Amino acid sequence: MNPPKTATAKKVNVAAARAPRGGSEELISGSEAVAHAVRLADVDVITAYPIRPYDTVMQYVSQLIADGEFDCEYIVAESEHSQFEIVKHASAVGARVFCGSSGVGWLYAFEALAVTAGLRLPMVAMVGNRALDDPGAFGVEHNDALAVRDLGWMLAWVATAQEALDTALIAYRVAEDKRVFLPCAISCDGAFLTHSQAIVNVPGQDMVDGFLPPYDRAEKQLHPDNPITIAPQANEDWVMEIRRQSDMAARRARDVIIEAYDDFNAQFGRGGEPFIERYMMEDAEVALVGMGTLAMPVKVAVRKMREQGKKVGFVRVRWFRPFPTIELQEALSGVQAVGVIDRDYSFGSSFFSGVLANDLRSALYPMVNRPGIVSFIAGLGGREVSTDNVIDITNKVLDAASGGDIDDQDTYWIGVRE
Amino acid sequence: MQETTVALSDFVSTQVLDRWKGIKKVAREEYFTSGHRTCQGCESALVMKLMAKAAGPRSIILGATGCMYVANTTYYSTPWVVPWMHTQLGSSGSAATGTVAALRAMMRKGKMEEEPINVISFCGDGGGADMGLSAISAALQHTHYNLLIFMYDNESYANTDIQVSGSSPYGANSTFSPPGKVQRIMHRRWKKNTAAMLAAGHPDCKYVATVSAGNAIDTMNKVRRALTIGGPTFIHSLDPCPKGWDYDPKYSHEIGELAVETGIWPLYEVEEGKVKMYGKSKHIASGAFKRKPVREYLLRQGRFAHLAEEDIAYFQGKVDEMWEKWLVPGVIPFANA
Repeated sequence: MNPPKTATAKKVNVAAARAPRGGSEELISGSEAVAHAVRLADVDVITAYPIRPYDTVMQYVSQLIADGEFDCEYIVAESEHSQFEIVKHASAVGARVFCGSSGVGWLYAFEALAVTAGLRLPMVAMVGNRALDDPGAFGVEHNDALAVRDLGWMLAWVATAQEALDTALIAYRVAEDKRVFLPCAISCDGAFLTHSQAIVNVPGQDMVDGFLPPYDRAEKQLHPDNPITIAPQANEDWVMEIRRQSDMAARRARDVIIEAYDDFNAQFGRGGEPFIERYMMEDAEVALVGMGTLAMPVKVAVRKMREQGKKVGFVRVRWFRPFPTIELQEALSGVQAVGVIDRDYSFGSSFFSGVLANDLRSALYPMVNRPGIVSFIAGLGGREVSTDNVIDITNKVLDAASGGDIDDQDTYWIGVRE
Repeated sequence: MQETTVALSDFVSTQVLDRWKGIKKVAREEYFTSGHRTCQGCESALVMKLMAKAAGPRSIILGATGCMYVANTTYYSTPWVVPWMHTQLGSSGSAATGTVAALRAMMRKGKMEEEPINVISFCGDGGGADMGLSAISAALQHTHYNLLIFMYDNESYANTDIQVSGSSPYGANSTFSPPGKVQRIMHRRWKKNTAAMLAAGHPDCKYVATVSAGNAIDTMNKVRRALTIGGPTFIHSLDPCPKGWDYDPKYSHEIGELAVETGIWPLYEVEEGKVKMYGKSKHIASGAFKRKPVREYLLRQGRFAHLAEEDIAYFQGKVDEMWEKWLVPGVIPFANA
């Protein structure tokens, strides 16, 4: 196994599970949890535009403002493009900002998303993952957020409402760190997370203040006292050097994320391992890999398979950008085969896999004893990924591991009518 | 320049920028200086200079993609003495809104020292009258945000090789509307009435004006009025463009004046719902000045060289209609039934 030379593996001190300190226990949805995070982060400028399912977060945000529990400039824009451009400019002036969208709304803002990353503005956004119309579909697919994966956006996928709140706080700290200064999108599966309630510990303000320093643009702040020119034409003279700076920032993000989780674990008593979640991986012979809320049926299926004596584990990818190459190489080094479940597609790509499988295959390539990767597409358009689906997937991976008929270079669509 | 401030509502105040009565009263300081590479005779570069001079040092200026981005700001050189930031082609309204929102939030929360800062966001006609129209419209609804959207209209996408926009005049030759063997007129749309459309559609917007840089002091005073009155405001400047309109660069001012004298470009302002005509336009409206035929304007420019008599007659008829039949001549295009 040859980890990339530019990054170093760092051991994270994950605090032992203990009772959360401070705050209050609330029965809230993923969207409401993010709204609380935004309030606790004392965000200055928020823009909203309606599209299901992310827009629930703005319904909660606007109510918090209307009730006087939260002070910020709140603007209902006239399109997603304007929505993201407004907060982009607010961020350049030094304001902490929040924004979000779903599906084709996120893509309507694509130009703004590209320049926000290009300008190294630390916007934090929520994506309520949704299929890209047409055909119309409100349900979850990951292709919306994944569309920006090459631009400098950091991308996190969360599985619970608590994780959504915590990751939003971590996102501000990482994005606004001067070593990084890159935007961050938190992906929440539409309906399964945005609209599903769970018990969430909403921390107290003093705890958040102790974790999250103020946003300081310093010499990059656009203000009459600092009359700089931002975003001139650079062309072939300088664009490549500027791209290289973004590349270096994306590389540095890794250690900053590790630091942030270290502190978060220490201060809040939860948070877990930064890049991946390992479930029953200690002695696993085959592993499933996926992102987002499909962790729930996968974990149930893994437990059922374990009862049958099958040594199956699960690795949930929590950050897709920066991609956890080192952690995945290490976590999957001992297994015989890996099954990647993509809730997305990349038509015409290598092996016709989904985006996660393609990146994972690329990340494991340098390993001397790399496991075979069987790729699965499941749960598109918001279709449920059932426990039975996962058992079907796992049996295929086990078959591939034992040299059966399943081709470990192929991609299988699960739960689809042929 | 900003000794006093006018409080409008919570944490919203503007600089009081007095009207400059004559050239001797104009500030000497420039905030748009050397460092750009605009064409010889570029009226828009002059307009930028006047706009920045009128606004003064405590300003943030935002500029949408277009000539005044590409030709002005090349990395490692900038003509802007005040803070300046690029925004996307359709985002002049959003850039202004976001900048003002940030200043307002941060000043209210004590994260930034409180002071009135001018926020001007400019766009060309492609960015303003076409792509960015909805964002400008939205910006003009935020009555508690002090911002000025300034549209420099050179009647084409001039930076990308001169292509027609919704603000190009009828019949104009452009690289997207060249006269050919079968079709003489490729651009058949009549120029959008952008300033009046925005004024009529946003009755809470306190100030909308049209300007022509041939009258530099009037142009600067309108910028100063827009910034002082507060709330979202809009100024539309008609900028002759030697390259796109095809005339000798030394005639930029003269062509601009002809646009006013032929009645094609009415100079007016709408302040708190009251329309006031300016300069020669005022005299055209009162009958004291007889409009020159549009032919005198059109035939000075290569972009109209292919027009036949019937095209010129059509153009003249549309301008006559504007002055003789409109509810408010040159501004509101309706007639009483």
